[in-house]
This record gives sequence, C-alpha cells and structure tokens, in this order.
Amino acid sequence: MMLSFTPDTSSARSPAHSSAHSRRNAILGSALLALAVLVLPILISASGSMTWLRIADIALLYIMLALGLNIVVGFAGLLDLGYIAFFAVGAYVWALLSSPHLAQAFPALGPEGLHWPMWVILPLGACIAGLFGVLLGAPTLRLRGDYLAIVTLGFGEIVRIFMNNLNQPINLTNGPQGITRINPVMFGQFSFGKSVTFGSITVPSLMLYYYLFAALAVLIVVASIRLQDSRIGRAWEAIREDEIAARAIGINTRNIKLLAFAMGASFGGVAGGLFASLQGFISPESFGLMDSICVLCMVVLGGMGHIPGVILGTLLLTGLPEALRHWAGPAQQALLGKVVIDPEALRMLLFGVALVLVMQFRPAGLWPSSTRQRELEELADTLPDDENDNDDDDDDDDEASQRSKEVRS
Amino acid sequence: MCRPYATPLHPPLLYQKPDKPGINALPVKRPNVVKLREQLIPLIIDLAVVLVFLPNATNSRMDIFLQQIVNGLVLGSIYALVALGYTMVYGLLGLINFAHGEVVMVGAMVALSVINFGLANGWPLPLAVLLATASAMLCCMALGWLIERVGYRPLRHAPRLAPLISAIGISIILQQLMMLIWGSTYRPFPALFNSEPHVVLGASITDLQILIIVLAAATMGGLMLLVQRTRFGRAMRATAENPAIATLMGVNTNRVIALTFMLGSALGALAGVMVSANYAIAHFSMGFMLGLKAFTAAVLGGIGNLAGAVVGGLLLGLIEALCSGYISDLTGGMFGSNYRDVFAFLVLILVLIFRPSGLMGEKVAERA
Repeated sequence: MMLSFTPDTSSARSPAHSSAHSRRNAILGSALLALAVLVLPILISASGSMTWLRIADIALLYIMLALGLNIVVGFAGLLDLGYIAFFAVGAYVWALLSSPHLAQAFPALGPEGLHWPMWVILPLGACIAGLFGVLLGAPTLRLRGDYLAIVTLGFGEIVRIFMNNLNQPINLTNGPQGITRINPVMFGQFSFGKSVTFGSITVPSLMLYYYLFAALAVLIVVASIRLQDSRIGRAWEAIREDEIAARAIGINTRNIKLLAFAMGASFGGVAGGLFASLQGFISPESFGLMDSICVLCMVVLGGMGHIPGVILGTLLLTGLPEALRHWAGPAQQALLGKVVIDPEALRMLLFGVALVLVMQFRPAGLWPSSTRQRELEELADTLPDDENDNDDDDDDDDEASQRSKEVRS
Repeated sequence: MCRPYATPLHPPLLYQKPDKPGINALPVKRPNVVKLREQLIPLIIDLAVVLVFLPNATNSRMDIFLQQIVNGLVLGSIYALVALGYTMVYGLLGLINFAHGEVVMVGAMVALSVINFGLANGWPLPLAVLLATASAMLCCMALGWLIERVGYRPLRHAPRLAPLISAIGISIILQQLMMLIWGSTYRPFPALFNSEPHVVLGASITDLQILIIVLAAATMGGLMLLVQRTRFGRAMRATAENPAIATLMGVNTNRVIALTFMLGSALGALAGVMVSANYAIAHFSMGFMLGLKAFTAAVLGGIGNLAGAVVGGLLLGLIEALCSGYISDLTGGMFGSNYRDVFAFLVLILVLIFRPSGLMGEKVAERA
C-alpha cells in the first residue's frame, strides 16, 4: 500500500499538435456529461416516476461495483466470479453497525443496538471488504485463469451460505430473513432517508441519494483513471499480459495482485454499504451467484479494462432489463391482446441472448479500449500464432485450421 | 487471411520430438496401473482414517455411518457422471462448459414429461422409464451439439473470457426457456420402483439407489472403453493432446469436438434422470448447483482427466454426505447440515491450494 499514485505524465495519450484541441473537446464533453448527470433525476422526477429514480440510484451503485470489479478483471486480468461477496460484506458491515439488529444478540449494547456515523462505517466497510479480498487473494495467487474463476465462485458461495446460516448459534446475520430497519445515510442531523423541502421545492429522498451516489461514482471513476495511469496500474497491466515477464522486470507480483484484490474489494464494500442504506433492508438473496455474474457481464460486455466501456455496459445492463420489465407486459397486451411471455422471464431471456450475441460479434466488448481494439484488428490480419493467448488448445487449434487451409490451397 | 503457399510451417510442427508419433502409430493406451495405484494409495489411506475415526469420534452408531456412505455413493455417482461431461470438454478445448448443468436439468425435464405421458397412456413402467431416458439422452445430445455450434465454435479464437460469458448467456436462456415451458413450480417425479428399502447392516438402500450406482458404474466403464479402445476415442485423445497434429493426421477435430459435446450431454441427461428420480423432484433451477458441484468434482480429480472426474465425483459425494451427516455432532450443534454446500467449495479451495492440478491431474507448468 506504500506505492505512490504518480500518474505517468510522459506517455500523454494524444500527440502534441492536437492536444489543445482535444483538451477543449474533452472539457466540453465532460461538462455536457456532468450537466446530463445533474439534470437527469430532475427530468425523471418531473415525469413522476419514483421507480425510475430508484433504478438510476441502483445504476450508480452498479457503476461503482463494476469499476471495482474492473480493477480485478480488467486491469489485473484476474477472473473473479465471486465479486458480489465483497458487496455483501460492505452491506452487512453497514447493516450491523447502524441498525437495532445487534441488540438482540448482545443485550449489553442497549436496546437500540449500534448506530455509528457513516464516516466510521463506510471506511470500515471498505477496509473489511478489502481484508476479505486479501483473504481470497492470498491462497489463490498461484492459480491460473479458470481455476481462479472457480475458487472465487466457491468463495462467493461460501460467504452467501454463511450469511444465510449465521443466525445461530449467535444471531449475527438474522439468516434468510435479513436485517431490517437500517439507518439511511446521515450527515450529522441531515438524513437522506426523508424528502427535504427548500422553500417551495421538495426534493425526494431518492434524488438526494442520487446526487450522493453520483458524487461518489465520480470519485471512484477518477480514482480508477488515476490508478490505471499510475505505476500500480501499469504493473497490473504487465501482470495481465504476462505474469512471468512482469516478475522478470522486477514487479512484485504477489503484492500487486493482492493489491488488485484488496482495491477491487474495497470499492465493492463501499457500494455495499450504500446499498444497505438506500434499501434499509438486506438479505442474502441479494448476493447470489447470479449477481456476481451480472456484474462480470457488465464489465465484459462494455469492454474490460476500459472505464467508459464499463460504465456503458453497466448502464445498458441495468437500464434495458428494467425497461423491458416495465414495458414488455403492456406492449404484449396491446399487440397480442394478452401477456404471452411473462415480462420477468422475457427480461432474463433477452439478457441471455444479448450476452451470446455480443460475444459473437464483439468479443472484446461493446466499447473496448483503443489498444485492445488495435490488438484484435492486428490479430485478425496476422496468423493467430501471434495471439498471446493463455489457452494452449486454442492456439493449436488455430494453427491447425490455418495449416490445413495452407495445405489445401 | 491465408499465408502464401511457400511460407514454411512453424518449426515445432515439422520437427516433432520422436516421442510424439502420429496418430496412426499412436498405440492404444493402456491404463497406467502403477501410476494410478501410486496416486490412489494416499487417497485410500485418508479414506480409511476417516472411516475408522469418524464414527468413534462422534460416538455414533455404525448403521448411521453406513447410511451416509450409501447416500454419498449415490450422490457421488451422479456427480461423477456430470463431471465427466465437464472434464471431456475441458480436456479438448480448455473451456468450462458452464451450460452443462442446464443440460442436465433439461434431461430431467424431458424424462419427466415422457414418463408422465407414458404413465397417463398406460404404458408398462419399464418401457416408460426406458423411453424417457432414451428420449432425454437424445434431446440432450441435440442440445449439446447446438450449444457447441452456436455458443462455442464461433468463439474458439476469441479472447479467453468470451466463451465463458457466452456459456453463461446460454445457461440463462436455457433456464428461462425451461421455466416458460414447464413452469416455475417444483414438479414431482413419479416413484419408479418399489420404494421399500433393503436393509444391509442397518443401512437402508432402495432399488433405485442400487440401480443408480450400478448404471453409473457401467456407463463410466463403457466410456473408459470408448475412449481407450475405439477409433473415436483415439481421435479424441489425439485432439486433446494436440489438435494441430491431430488435424494433420486426418482427424476431423471439429467433428470430434461436436461428438464429445454430444457424449457429455448424453451422460448429463442420464445423471439428470437419476438425480430427479432419486429426489423425486424436478425444477428448472436444479441444474445450476448440480453443475457447480460436478465441476468442483472434476477439478478435485484433476480436470481433463476422465478417471479423475470419477474419483473426484465419488469423493465429493462421500465428503458431502459424511460432513453434512456429522457436522452437527462434531461442532456440538453449532453448525447444521445446512452448511453442506460449503464443504464442496471448501474442499475445492483446499485442493487447489495444496495440489492445484487436482488429485490425479498432471502437474502443469505455467507457460511463459
């Protein structure tokens, strides 16, 4: 953790002659984007739909979550299928430390349980989640891609099973019933859980949360960008591309990999705490394997390791299914006269189809980073031998088809 | 883009080491008895230790212990059948076929429908069961072929994560389709056999359970023969060894891969029928956990290794049955059998930490 976050100024992305121009464009673009982000909730609540405001909140949470996973999967190339466990840890830390629940198990705490301020809980949740990340990372350092995937998957399941069953011998998590009456975010006496009236304008609680989450998401985006351009980020990239070479040029692969796990996990922990406060209720049901997979899909679908791509993927995968859920039923009713396919099933079905199709036509994601895109294009032009793929069989197979073509021609 | 014809081939292909002869010279591989025994001995010792100490440690009766062994064997046979599907595909393509668990589920659903249809129309029971199993296997073979063709073959040269995501997509599609077709309720599976158990040394075992164990063992034996003794098996092993050379030697690797998918799916369908008959229930989401556990079993035994999948499956079944049977006694009632799923993953993590290539897998050096 002692490594510095110095960005690599020498490798400025754009050539010198167009930098002023592109800089102006970038500023203009981000200003427009910021304006859109700021105005969006007002537009939504003007249309009177609280549901969509909630979806926007959840989407922002998922952006934090996906960016955290992006550090592990996208930057460091460590396939993690149990990422939701860290989200769960963050959520449970928040829930236990700011709800009356613990009073049942520990009467010494008084009838009201613990209600710590968020300034303590949120960093604590991030740290504990990070600790879990190291716990997961330490024994799996030597594992290769698929094995790592399956161990992380098992880890996620173990965490979920424990949450489900730790209501005895001591009632810690309240089992499948989950924990209720969780405090909302509080700044001193100011609560995000109630709507606030400024003069004649009433700001609903969900909109307060929206701005809070948006601010935190921006923070996490900035942290991600700075990390990517830092010494650590380049070390992660080196490990992703070739671990042995990375070690040979003096990167402490063990620490750097653990750092990736810890950082990714702590982002997840923050998102989890916020999730608990937004919902006011959590249960192990929200932290299943399918949710891990969902977050992974956001990262991969958008374009691994490319921050705008990941955000795009997240927005698509949270927005479109919800849109389907809301409009598929009425649309079928209008077109066919009755609901033929249950909207919920249709939503999942299309989700699956979308995953398969995107992988067929854009295997690097919808919006991959320019380097990755270039690699893929080069790959298409050259012999697949050059593909530095981890997968032995793939390579050989490729050679095989190539050579059989040559032999035939 | 095709290279010009005159471009020389990659050297390693031309100058193969003499110890890797072409497929025509490939001897029919006999099971390596000595090596197998060396690997199995520690396992057997461990098992013996568990067998001797566990009942003593918990002061419980021998019949309960035997009962857990029986349950474990039944469960383990099913895991082993499913694990074979994972391990064959992984051996050939280096790919986790995440949709395999759903294939198992589809098998169970198809069989259930055929049996119900048959019983409603007054077919004799053995015929109904036979037809149901056969149709489940056929459906799943078609499904396996389709999955390979649509989901995996176009992605064979894509980035490593792409097939995994595609598989997850297919798995979701299959689950939702099955839910639309068969509904989201738990469906009872009719009792196929006399459910009166035989009592052996205090442990009871039903006809169905005996049949499951015997049938699974026979199927696995048949598969071993197929892989070790037939032309197709040889092509399969050659493809797993090195697809490039296999192609050069005239093996149609695409066909071998497709057939392997079908074979694995047929085994999965059989397992699906067994599992739903054993628990007398079928549900559209039953495949997921089963698939995960079976994959765990495959990794436990050493993925890519057929014998490993069988050993891993049986071992996992036994571990699960014994642990969930005894954990309550061992921890003084602190943890109950609701932690049974934890053991599978805990075992997996421990094995991967201490023997990353699995119990019977070969040591794989990390490539540069």
